[in-house]
Amino acid sequence: MTEAPIKITVRSLGVRYGSTVALEDVSLDVPTNRVTALIGPSGCGKSTFLRCLNRMNDTIPGVRITGDVRLDGEPLYAADVDPVALRRRVGMVFQKSNPFPKSIFDNVAFGPRVHGLRDRVRLHELVERSLRQAALWDEVADRLDRPALDLSGGQQQRLCIARALAVEPEVILMDEPASALDPIATAKIEELIHELKMRYTIVIVTHNMQQAARVSDVTAYFYLGRLIECGPTERLFTNPDRPETEDYITGRFG
Amino acid sequence: MEQAGAALPPPGGRIRPALAFRPAPVPPLAARPLEPLLVRSGGRRWRIGDPVFRGLAAGFGLSVVGITLVIALVLFRKSAAARATFGWAFLWTSVWDPVFLRFGALPLVYGTLATSAIGLALAVPFGLGAAICLAELLPQRVADPLTFLIELLVAVPSVVYGLVGIFVLVPAMRALTTPIAATFGWIPLLAGPTYGVGMLTAGVILAVMIVPFIVAVSREVLLAVPQSQRDAALALGATRWETVRQVVLPYARSGIAGSVVLALARALGETMAVTMVIGNRPEIAASLFAPAYTMAAVLANEFTEATSNLYLSALIEVGLVLFGITLVVNALARLLIPPEVGRA
Amino acid sequence: MTAHARRRRRVDRVMFTLASLATALTLGVLLFLLGYLAWQGASSVSLTFFTRLPAPVGESGGGMANALVGSFKLIALAALAGVPVGFLGGVYLAEYGGGSVGWLVRYAADVLNGVPSIVVGITVYALVVVPMGHFSTLAGGIALGLMTIPVTLRTTEEFLRLVPTSLRDGALALGAPRWVTIVRVAIPAGLRGIAAGILLSLARVAGETAPLLFTSFSNRYWSPGVGQPTASLPVMIFTYAISPYDEWHRQAWAAALVLLAVVLGSNLLARAALGRGRPA
Repeated sequence: MTEAPIKITVRSLGVRYGSTVALEDVSLDVPTNRVTALIGPSGCGKSTFLRCLNRMNDTIPGVRITGDVRLDGEPLYAADVDPVALRRRVGMVFQKSNPFPKSIFDNVAFGPRVHGLRDRVRLHELVERSLRQAALWDEVADRLDRPALDLSGGQQQRLCIARALAVEPEVILMDEPASALDPIATAKIEELIHELKMRYTIVIVTHNMQQAARVSDVTAYFYLGRLIECGPTERLFTNPDRPETEDYITGRFG
Repeated sequence: MEQAGAALPPPGGRIRPALAFRPAPVPPLAARPLEPLLVRSGGRRWRIGDPVFRGLAAGFGLSVVGITLVIALVLFRKSAAARATFGWAFLWTSVWDPVFLRFGALPLVYGTLATSAIGLALAVPFGLGAAICLAELLPQRVADPLTFLIELLVAVPSVVYGLVGIFVLVPAMRALTTPIAATFGWIPLLAGPTYGVGMLTAGVILAVMIVPFIVAVSREVLLAVPQSQRDAALALGATRWETVRQVVLPYARSGIAGSVVLALARALGETMAVTMVIGNRPEIAASLFAPAYTMAAVLANEFTEATSNLYLSALIEVGLVLFGITLVVNALARLLIPPEVGRA
Repeated sequence: MTAHARRRRRVDRVMFTLASLATALTLGVLLFLLGYLAWQGASSVSLTFFTRLPAPVGESGGGMANALVGSFKLIALAALAGVPVGFLGGVYLAEYGGGSVGWLVRYAADVLNGVPSIVVGITVYALVVVPMGHFSTLAGGIALGLMTIPVTLRTTEEFLRLVPTSLRDGALALGAPRWVTIVRVAIPAGLRGIAAGILLSLARVAGETAPLLFTSFSNRYWSPGVGQPTASLPVMIFTYAISPYDEWHRQAWAAALVLLAVVLGSNLLARAALGRGRPA
């Protein structure tokens, strides 16, 4: 693990809204081209942490964010950073798939179009490439003009992944991407993640510890807004440093 | 979904499920290197799209405020001549004389309020009764299409009601009221002569126009009463009617009152149908059968015939009074109906 | 069963019978209205009605071709004048609309909705007809346009609010600026309901007479462009109905039938687009 360069560094990140403290003093490193899993019980702040990485928390009224987050050494929360440009480089897939009520093609092409790509040939190339990377191309190649909402739940989620890939991000954030899916669809998503990490850096939030164990290289355990432990997945699950971590993964609570 | 008692993965290997599905591998980079299809933008903070769009939308939103203010302002200023000449007495003078230019709005205000009151008095029992029937009595698959039909009635234009009013209602009223006036004419309220047109006719046509409205809004209010309330009453052995009367109606009381007040607001502003059947006589008479006049009717009939500046100004002052009254009534309605239920 | 209980049963039955009668009566009025109108109007509707100009008083063979065109122009103008204001105002309220500005806009829209249509006519008379020096289609269109604003605004806001936030979040996460999420995701998602609302508001003003009485007034001939007074269906109905001529009465029925068909037809169309159970 130590040989992988670090993509995102987080130092002393804190998030509050109103009087609620969602995250406190979180520091960790996200390595490049690896899968980092964030685990912990409900409400522990892992989704909040994820959303800090692409500044989606900016949309919450009254939010206050402290600390330092850097992507390839560039600070994300500096005054002159454009969140829109940031979200091109750091993409996100949500827990409940949210395809737009448009055609499959228009869903995947949405991001590139918004960012100014008009050339139809290149759009088609980009859409095909993204759908292939998301392992959906074979299933939809002949019906790109059909509504995205006609797809099954698992297909919709892979569509959302393709949509995120179409803007050519460097990092993909996934907020419990398979929690709403059946086991077979979940397995497909997990295989996909294995393939994707060769080209992208992935940070995934999951409730499912077995999934974290299967899929990730690095795991971070959150509890009540704090990072309890972070380390190589195999070590964390077989020989955790902190007793709180051991309690959680052996199911003594949660 | 938490996994209780998750087993630790066996040391030395991570669990990977056996899969029938093998996704196509990520395609290698093409032989011809693809230039990045998207040009990366720098960290520019400045982005004009958002503030421009928001400003545009806000501008249009605020223009609505502007329009309302303009209406009030125009009415106020253009009635200045009449207000200066007649002062507050305008509201209680009962002379409306375009020839000698003496104007008092009392007959008009009286006519407006009286016809609306008659209309409401007739419409509320029917409207509320129908609403109760549709909300409480009939099964939904019968009530829904019927409600749909009644809501269509709300969409019928006023002038169409007026047309039917002239050719159907007026003769009918004349036929009905003449014998009544002949027999009971010694009661001032029912005195003749009867023309068919008049206060009562206008009240009836207003009633016909606002009943569907009362039905529609009251039904929604009744449907919004939680079923648990009815269940509690029924479980105690109340009959359906007792449940409605003693539990549902009191619960929905303010909403229904609001719907009535909204209907009143509509009746006050109704122009065409009333104009066509009221008889256009700016006098206050005791009889229901006498011709009368409303504020909206006088505007419809005389605005384009106003020969002098003062005449026009007096008419606009009538408009101002009408505007003021409907403003107050609408505000009252809004206090009574919660925003989710209120409708046009 | 005790006498008291029997009486309660009776009261229950009586009251609900009365309620049913009220419903039957209300529906009866509708059916009577439509039926009578259809009966009277159907005999008068003819090709002449649709293609000829009004004939001089007392002569037969006239039609309302100019009124049909006039009404069409008025509605088109109303759409141009009122729909953008209502639409963008509704967008503002749905997407940015908390706080005091939003409250003020909503309140003003409510007030505007409650203003009697004839009062709107007075305002437009003072602001457009007087400076122009004469009645015009433009003035009528503006008056009707003002009346479409509140309904358009309310429906737009309502249907935009129904679009789930997750869609907007999805677009934001792809790097779209906020206005793009509104214009290219939220609005298209809510478009069906918004369009139905616009159709309903236009159908409502199509039948309005009072504001036209002193804005577009009337015209016995064709009205070129938008700068001249014009005949319109509702005004013609009114004028003909209160006249003493039978021939004109017949045409008033025909016109009322056509007007009602258009208005009710649009309502049905809009309801169909909205699906079941949505109040107008």
